Amino acid sequence: MANNVLTPTMQKVVVRFSGDSGDGMQLTGDMFSQASGQAGLDLTTIPDFPAEIRAPQGSVGGVSSFQIQFGGTEIYTPGDEVDVLVVMNPAALKANLRFLKLGGTIVADKDSFTSRNLKKADYEENPLEDKSLDEYKVIKAPATSLTKEALKDLGLENQAMTRSKNMFALGLVTYMFGRPLDTLIKFIEKKFSKKPVLVKANKLALEAGFNFALNTEIIGTSIIIPPAKMQKGTYRNIDGNTAIAWGFLAASENSGRKLSLCSYPITPASEILHELSARRDMGAIVFQAEDEIAAVCAAIGASFSGNLSITTTSGPGLSLKSEAIGLAVISEIPLVIVNVQRAGPSTGLPTKTEQSDLNQALYGRHGDAPLVVMAASSPDDCFNYSYEAARLAMEHSTPVILLSDTYLASGTSPWRIPENGDLPDIKIKDFEGSADEWLPYIRDPEFLTRYWKGPGDKGFEHRIGGLEKQVDTGNLTYEPENHEKMTKIREEKIAKIAKKLPRQSVVGAQSGKLLVIGWGSTHGAINTAVTEMLEEGEENIGFTHFNYINPLPENTEEVFSRFDQILVCELNNGQFANYLKTKFPKFNYRKYNKIQGQPFFTSEIKAEIINTLTN
Amino acid sequence: MQTDVKDKNEALTRKDFASDQNVRWCPGCGDYMILANMQKTFAQMDHAKEDFLSVSGIGCSSRITYYLDTYGIHSIHGRAIAVATGAKLANPELNVWVSTGDGDCMAIGGNHFIHACRRNIDLNIIIFNNKIYGMTKGQSSPTTPEGTKTKTAPEGNYENTFNIGEVAIGAGATFFARVPDKDPKLMEEVMMEAYRHKGTSVIEVLQNCVIFTDGIHEQITGKDTKDDNQLVLEHGKPMVFGKDQQYGLKLEGMKLKKAPYDENDPTFLKHDAHEPDSALQLALAKLELPDFPVSMGVIRKSDKPNFDKTVHDRIATVREHSSFESVSDLFNSGNTWDIE
Ligand SMILES: Cc1ncc(C[n+]2csc(CCOP(=O)(O)OP(=O)(O)O)c2C)c(N)n1
Ligand code: SF4
Repeated sequence: MANNVLTPTMQKVVVRFSGDSGDGMQLTGDMFSQASGQAGLDLTTIPDFPAEIRAPQGSVGGVSSFQIQFGGTEIYTPGDEVDVLVVMNPAALKANLRFLKLGGTIVADKDSFTSRNLKKADYEENPLEDKSLDEYKVIKAPATSLTKEALKDLGLENQAMTRSKNMFALGLVTYMFGRPLDTLIKFIEKKFSKKPVLVKANKLALEAGFNFALNTEIIGTSIIIPPAKMQKGTYRNIDGNTAIAWGFLAASENSGRKLSLCSYPITPASEILHELSARRDMGAIVFQAEDEIAAVCAAIGASFSGNLSITTTSGPGLSLKSEAIGLAVISEIPLVIVNVQRAGPSTGLPTKTEQSDLNQALYGRHGDAPLVVMAASSPDDCFNYSYEAARLAMEHSTPVILLSDTYLASGTSPWRIPENGDLPDIKIKDFEGSADEWLPYIRDPEFLTRYWKGPGDKGFEHRIGGLEKQVDTGNLTYEPENHEKMTKIREEKIAKIAKKLPRQSVVGAQSGKLLVIGWGSTHGAINTAVTEMLEEGEENIGFTHFNYINPLPENTEEVFSRFDQILVCELNNGQFANYLKTKFPKFNYRKYNKIQGQPFFTSEIKAEIINTLTN
Repeated sequence: MQTDVKDKNEALTRKDFASDQNVRWCPGCGDYMILANMQKTFAQMDHAKEDFLSVSGIGCSSRITYYLDTYGIHSIHGRAIAVATGAKLANPELNVWVSTGDGDCMAIGGNHFIHACRRNIDLNIIIFNNKIYGMTKGQSSPTTPEGTKTKTAPEGNYENTFNIGEVAIGAGATFFARVPDKDPKLMEEVMMEAYRHKGTSVIEVLQNCVIFTDGIHEQITGKDTKDDNQLVLEHGKPMVFGKDQQYGLKLEGMKLKKAPYDENDPTFLKHDAHEPDSALQLALAKLELPDFPVSMGVIRKSDKPNFDKTVHDRIATVREHSSFESVSDLFNSGNTWDIE
């Protein structure tokens, strides 16, 4: 047997729970990550669902997984390779073994490795018995039978008893990492508060797993990871889509503008629509439109009516919205368009992640139609960026496209709940003169922002629309010079927003051989790769990450000029690199692209950095 | 009557709703009549001027937004109803008027139209039906009659057509009315009825395009033919027509039948616009020449909860039972932990 890769002094660990989609692995993973958060650890998680909604039970296609990386340092990704793989059946082993580190630990429910289940997963021999797993440490736990044994006095049906075996697994893993059970028990009590018998069943199963690990000593010593240095405050776990929804609620509250969300369902953006639908309890006006065109148009109407207006979608939906977004650009109204990207083109790989809608966000409109484009980089910062997108939209009276993606949408990380004063104020400039002096297209001189007036504002009646506007008056005009002037003004207005943006910062060397560049959701993998290399003694590399894409931060070019080489890493065929080339043509951009519908592994980035440095 | 609107605190006149923009329709276009009537009826409505919103799509008809001195959005082709829906939901106190053409509303905007009817949102939709694409210079529209020569059917239109009333009522519209552009009195009445109706009000105006379909409605609206060829409906009144009101309508099996009117014969039908079952109203909307006159006036006006009100009632009810006063309550609900 290979040596155990788990050591008592580890800084971070990756655990993957996997089982049939009916085995409750998402709940197990979620509870484990909540308890890890409570233990003061930083973490990032990612679920992996079967592609079909109801895949056959026990089949490889029906395996559902949940991966978490947690540790005593800052954790930016759910991890490349898994240290501990929990498998509730043979199919889960088949689907997930490739993620396990050589020498890693497998926790298997040996009761479920029946000949029937083995057959469903296409195993000829039982892998727990045939030495094929000799490279790993295998903990064969009789999860099903011990759970049933523990629950036998509750009077539950067989199936109901078996269903609790996920808690057995959770108890076992909890012991492995030297954690007490009390937080988990509190979760169980809360979650099943209306069904006392389920509280009992889940608690007994949890304890059975914990005690099994304790008594059999199969596991050896538990691994105790010291807490991370996290900022003081109250935390909770949050996924990217919820964080986006909540950012908008906060922006609505802080701006005093009601929130209107107008959307049409699409994977992986739908949960934003779901969450805000549930937030009618906070006054959110949610409209599920008949299609994406109606959705964005309704949002435009709501914006004209004075609300903070949002429309959420994914790539194919953004395509449908383009004409109307152009209307929002020429009308100069506040509007946030969220695109939770998935892999395209067309329906592409609808459940997989990619960053390939950047071109569409930047250029996907007819005419010269500039707007703000920004991207979030972690599940928890989705909150800050949706707040920021709403703030910029309202303060600058412009449409803003916020890019997220599948990876951020479903991943979770601990989020520090903002306290009073943490969030920047939203200062919507109002026209100071009287209605007589006002014109629909006069602008605040500093940022060229048009004032946001609408129905209900007495004396300010006016018309907006898609036909070219005369400077200041907003009247229709086909005058050639006016069109050129307005085109330039619209461009300059967006460019001026750069004055408000944070300066682009660099992790690691501030100048030197190589600058690694990323944007959006790849932050975790690239940052981890670069940071690890710096810790390993590499002194010549820096990393800069973009959240603001149009406009770019003011010091972007200056940052680029401090390095000999530039490496742009992105999950598409080079769209950001091409964009940078048009903005700052004097630099050479080396592209590193992954186009597999999968996020970057840290190891891939490291390898590419080494390649670049040595070539 | 509308409730929950701001008191109109000043007497408005038609002029208050005329913008300073030059009206640029072709001389003689039926759109002028519609504009004049909108301005006139707007002044009579119980709404403060700043709460009026005009939304239009793209087409000759849709230019009207620029000519009305209200808040207005001249949006994109076919999408006016969608824009208006968002605006009305955001602020249900607005008095929203959608102006759209037969191409704008029935072709590219067909999807939004049927869904507005289905939802019964409180919008007033005026469809300027000139049975042609005017602005793009004469292509067939979904209402162009069979045989009409158009730019896209030079040998005569061969597509089946939509009857706007049939589509609207079929999609669940609670209010449908039809008027000729030449009948300001009826148009005014119908607009005021639509305004008072809570829910989606659809008004089809038979509008004359002097350039591409001049006279297309003449048989129905012409001085000499209109009495025989129009059935002007009034709720509760017998459905009679003809120069001397000499005809009435009866039911024969499932169909309407034209017969010499006899006021003592109880089998002659009276108009019931308020009947929730739309079967008869649908039959009325579909009557056509030469066998029947064309129905005018309010064909259907039936009460049903309106979408904008339902949305806001729901919000109010959920809010009442919610423990969240602010985002901070929401954020701190559920499983949280503290780091000291
Ligand atoms: C997306 C899009 N497609 C096509 C057009 C061109 N277009 C402008 S108006 C119009 C038809 C208008 O016809 P109708 O609605 O009947 O209005 P009318 O001009 O007759 O009043 C078309 C096809 C457009 N503006 N936008
Ligand atoms: S083309 Fe026809 S519809 Fe358009 S303005 Fe002229 S007459 Fe009116």
